[in-house]
Amino acid sequence: MNHITEQLLGLISDFKGSFQGAFNIREDGQCAGRQSSEHIRITAKSDGNPGLDIHIDAGTQGETVYIPACVTHSDVNDLVYNDFFVGAGADVTIVAGCGVHADNEGEARHNGIHRFFLEEGAHVLYQEKHIGTGSGRLKRIDPITDVYLKENAVLEMDTVQLRGVDISERRTTGKLDRGAKLIVRERILTDGEEYAKTVFDVVLDGEDCSTDVVSRSVAKGQSYQEFISSIHGNNRCTGHSACDAILAEHGRVNAQPALEAAHLDAQLIHEAAIGKIAGEQLLKLQTLGLTAEEAEERIIAGFLK
Amino acid sequence: MLTVEHLAWTLPDGNPILSDISLTAKDGKLVVVTGPNGGGKTSLAKLIAGLRTPTSGRILFNGQDISALDITERAKLGIAYAFQQPVRFKGLTVRDLLEIAAGHPLSEDDLCELLGKVGLCADEYVSRELDSGLSGGEMKRVEIASVLARKAPLCIFDEPEAGIDLWSFARLVETFQDLRATRQSTLLVISHQERILSIADEIIVVAEGRVRQAGPRALILPMLLADESTPRCPLGKERATV
Repeated sequence: MNHITEQLLGLISDFKGSFQGAFNIREDGQCAGRQSSEHIRITAKSDGNPGLDIHIDAGTQGETVYIPACVTHSDVNDLVYNDFFVGAGADVTIVAGCGVHADNEGEARHNGIHRFFLEEGAHVLYQEKHIGTGSGRLKRIDPITDVYLKENAVLEMDTVQLRGVDISERRTTGKLDRGAKLIVRERILTDGEEYAKTVFDVVLDGEDCSTDVVSRSVAKGQSYQEFISSIHGNNRCTGHSACDAILAEHGRVNAQPALEAAHLDAQLIHEAAIGKIAGEQLLKLQTLGLTAEEAEERIIAGFLK
Repeated sequence: MLTVEHLAWTLPDGNPILSDISLTAKDGKLVVVTGPNGGGKTSLAKLIAGLRTPTSGRILFNGQDISALDITERAKLGIAYAFQQPVRFKGLTVRDLLEIAAGHPLSEDDLCELLGKVGLCADEYVSRELDSGLSGGEMKRVEIASVLARKAPLCIFDEPEAGIDLWSFARLVETFQDLRATRQSTLLVISHQERILSIADEIIVVAEGRVRQAGPRALILPMLLADESTPRCPLGKERATV
């Protein structure tokens, strides 16, 4: 593992020289370290595609598995397929961040295609942090996440991308059975000329299943963000999506929520708010002794926390 | 000590909001500014805190002319201001706001003491976000606590009673009395509440953008109460005598 990977791992996960438990470290398209645990087995894909199958035993409790990917220089276009098979009743955390580093004009890119298959009653907290470092101008991350939740399974996705990634397009789909729940918390900060696009498409098929998608974003500089969400209610279910965006300088945000109800008892809600930081918020923090610049930083930090 | 000299504030369209306002708030005193709605009380408070810039006149704080200082500079000098309409923040918690106000991290005991003064239990509130999850009354009490956390020599409260329940209000009155008793702060309170007027050292009546009456409570309050007992036409018209 090279020193840039070590630095990126520190930024995208709680890496402090090693991981405890099951992990796989991907560096510039190659495996830089792998370990399975008693209940979590990580194996290379056997279908010829690059990537992993991660099998988590039914009933596994409290374990964390780390699947970070790093691109450490330009002219790398990494594509990986990772499938997570989570057994019934398991309750685990998956940390799968991505760091991209580039120092010249060539593109450094990572495409992670992740599929989650959660069996009945499984619960997963999925944490994904994206970061871009280095002076290169083409750092790109395009994650695709497909989620399949069986009865009463719960997936909580916590995704963060704070500056440094020039282009990102995230696509997440979900298909939920009876009583299943998909919770998404997304935070994005773009600056300069960065572009970030997020697409969520969740199909609520099972009775009493639910989803809650909340995106908070800040667009600064000349950056541009798109947020496109679709929730389809095909049964008695609840769906909520919210897009809150703060604009600063010349940032732009395009939010396009969509709701489709195909059942009388489908309760679907969308909230969206885009605007600059409210003047009253700045004034309040200034009366507490912060400068206008400090107040803006504090408001944005809290908003994206 | 706060001294306001001939302060005036006129809207860009020429409409005068405040004219020739002069007042003094001595150290450790509780000064209540009262008067009818729309009379200019909140504008006066915002001018003192620096949220608005006066058209003319001077504001002196402990002898220093602060008229040209911005909000942050005045806050750092020791002027704290509680908004009449508390500001909501997505992502900031009650603890965050109070720690920003205090300028340093606060212990659980500190938070308990501060929030207790406004009738809130720290255990239940410190982690709550200052967004739509808090009621107007809860936001108001957190707003007041944020000013108390400043431990500022001059605290300005704009209608602190608005939106809070009777029990919390009683606790707040006690807090004002405690602050005055320990001479920790000079309090400038905008209020219509008789209970706050009745603990004032000085009362200033502002109406139609001017100081109409000013003086010790013992002199002003009886006049206000007598005035209140006389029904008046809201448009100021005299009733025809039969």
